Amino acid sequence: MATLDEIKKSALASLWFMFLTFPIMVIRVNTVENEIEWRWTNLLFIGIGSFILSFVWRYMIKRKEIGAKEADESTDIKVSLGQRLQEDRRIYMPALVFISICAIAFPFVFSMYQTNIMITALMYVILGLGLNIVVGLAGLLDLGYVAFYAVGAYSYALLNYHWGLGFWTVLPIGAALGALTGIILGFPVLRLRGDYLAIVTLGFGEIIRLILENWNAFSFGPSGIANIPRPGLFGIELSLHQNIIYLYFLMIALTIFTIFVVNRLQASRIGRAWIALREDEIACQAMGVDKTKTKLTAFALGATWAGMGGVVFAAKTTFINPASFTIWESIIILCVVVLGGMGSIIGVIFGAGFLILLPEYLRAVSEYRMLVFGAVLVAMMVFRPGGLISTSRSPYEFEKAENSKRNA
Amino acid sequence: MLKLSNIKTYYGNIQALKGVSIEVSEGEIITLIGANGAGKTTTLMSISGIVPPRSGEILFEDTPIHNLPGSDIVALGLSQVPEGRRIFPYLTVAENLDMGAFLRKDTAGIKEDMEYIFDLFPILAERRNQAGGTLSGGEQQMLAISRALMAKPRLLLLDEPSLGLAPLVVKQIFNIIRKINSEHNTTIFLVEQNANMALKIAHRGYVMENGKITLTDTASSLLANDEVRKAYLGI
Repeated sequence: MATLDEIKKSALASLWFMFLTFPIMVIRVNTVENEIEWRWTNLLFIGIGSFILSFVWRYMIKRKEIGAKEADESTDIKVSLGQRLQEDRRIYMPALVFISICAIAFPFVFSMYQTNIMITALMYVILGLGLNIVVGLAGLLDLGYVAFYAVGAYSYALLNYHWGLGFWTVLPIGAALGALTGIILGFPVLRLRGDYLAIVTLGFGEIIRLILENWNAFSFGPSGIANIPRPGLFGIELSLHQNIIYLYFLMIALTIFTIFVVNRLQASRIGRAWIALREDEIACQAMGVDKTKTKLTAFALGATWAGMGGVVFAAKTTFINPASFTIWESIIILCVVVLGGMGSIIGVIFGAGFLILLPEYLRAVSEYRMLVFGAVLVAMMVFRPGGLISTSRSPYEFEKAENSKRNA
Repeated sequence: MLKLSNIKTYYGNIQALKGVSIEVSEGEIITLIGANGAGKTTTLMSISGIVPPRSGEILFEDTPIHNLPGSDIVALGLSQVPEGRRIFPYLTVAENLDMGAFLRKDTAGIKEDMEYIFDLFPILAERRNQAGGTLSGGEQQMLAISRALMAKPRLLLLDEPSLGLAPLVVKQIFNIIRKINSEHNTTIFLVEQNANMALKIAHRGYVMENGKITLTDTASSLLANDEVRKAYLGI
């Protein structure tokens, strides 16, 4: 129950909020009539609102702490909803069928606009899964991921502009170029860790963007490259609508391919080496894991998906310029990974859906959508720091288990 | 088998090892004892290439290894149990063991060795699907030793296996070390603060002070040495 102490705390919080929002919510300067309008009712609303919110907030925090305590006390491993979904075949199979039917029907049921949003969301799934290799598995905080994305996009645009290469030819080339840039960036920075690595990668991302913006002879500068052809389908002419549907299915296929590869990587020895490297570098070296090589593979593989995503992006928008590859883009992709759940494939998919679709559908309340978006992000990180769906790896199974007791 | 001659290792500008020479022959248990900060761990780190020496020579079975990267050294058959166990907390016990066999390709051999480990430490077999971080200190030490054994080393470097463990567990660990040495003829290089225990199971010992070897003798005569008794055994 609300004690006197709690009421005092909430009152303080609401006072503080009233003070903070006072200049923007209460005072309005009317420059035409040269007078100041004092909107005291707003202050009242904020006071009451934050008073109630602070109660809700404290209640949620308390519940979370109780939950954590229970989890500590109980000895059996708590299985999260996401993990249960992934493990139980009875839920998993029908869900998969349902999702595939939805995915196939989607472009025919919904409008072109909806399909377009979905394509964007799928693109972020791919980018998120790529970054997930670097950040989630190998634990290397990369804030310049968008650089590889730009490399992919520009490789399609430029190769097409100069030599007329088609989408399908450039897709692997873009991926390879992404990987190559990943390696080039990786060599000098892999001695660094944590914050330092983040800063250097951030700088690298900006360098790529600045090069694209200023090297006019190479990249046509800020005016960008237009008239990039959409992906072709054996030379058949497609209308715009058909083309979007085609692109949608192409993205679905690419996403499935990405999920498949990342899943295999995670369960492989190199995947475990990444996780091990994230946990303890010295122990890894003592085990004979080549630190540089392992980190470079993570960087290169992560960049491969970004390069591929970039090619698709260029084909989708048919126009690219450096403004599409700002630091904001890197942050969004990082948010997709962190919010979804680092190292978890399903988590990243949900994260991308959430982060890309939410702002789109919130357009109805467009004035406040970024405010809501920010609030949701903060609340997420407080109440579910492990992400929407936390990791569940399929652990390495030691066979020949018949002669020993299994630990439940 | 292993020969260090005049090894000098630095951390930045600070010299940690001031010309260390150690010789280990095959099948021996060698122990390196000394006070905190004497350079024992640094010696191990130099041998396994994690902190390479700035000058001097390390020969492992007549191959110079002081210029090799750590992964190549492990491939030659020399693996380390790092100080403080350093197991991977989020990987399961079986995965931790598999990480130990990182450089090996023979799936059948790895499986066999894992069976052997599970015979050696039945508790690890029970906990094979548990995350490494949920094990107790003693179990983690067993896992750390097992993980190093998974690389099939001919020379095993152990860094303070008794650190922070109950006396009974320490005894168990040392028995296992002796067993590994006698059953597989694995040469063991043991760095310890628990000089009493270490000298009891070792054949020969080195005493280290301030980055230099000050004394070397058979383990039994070191145990009898007045200075060693006073400085390290507290008698």
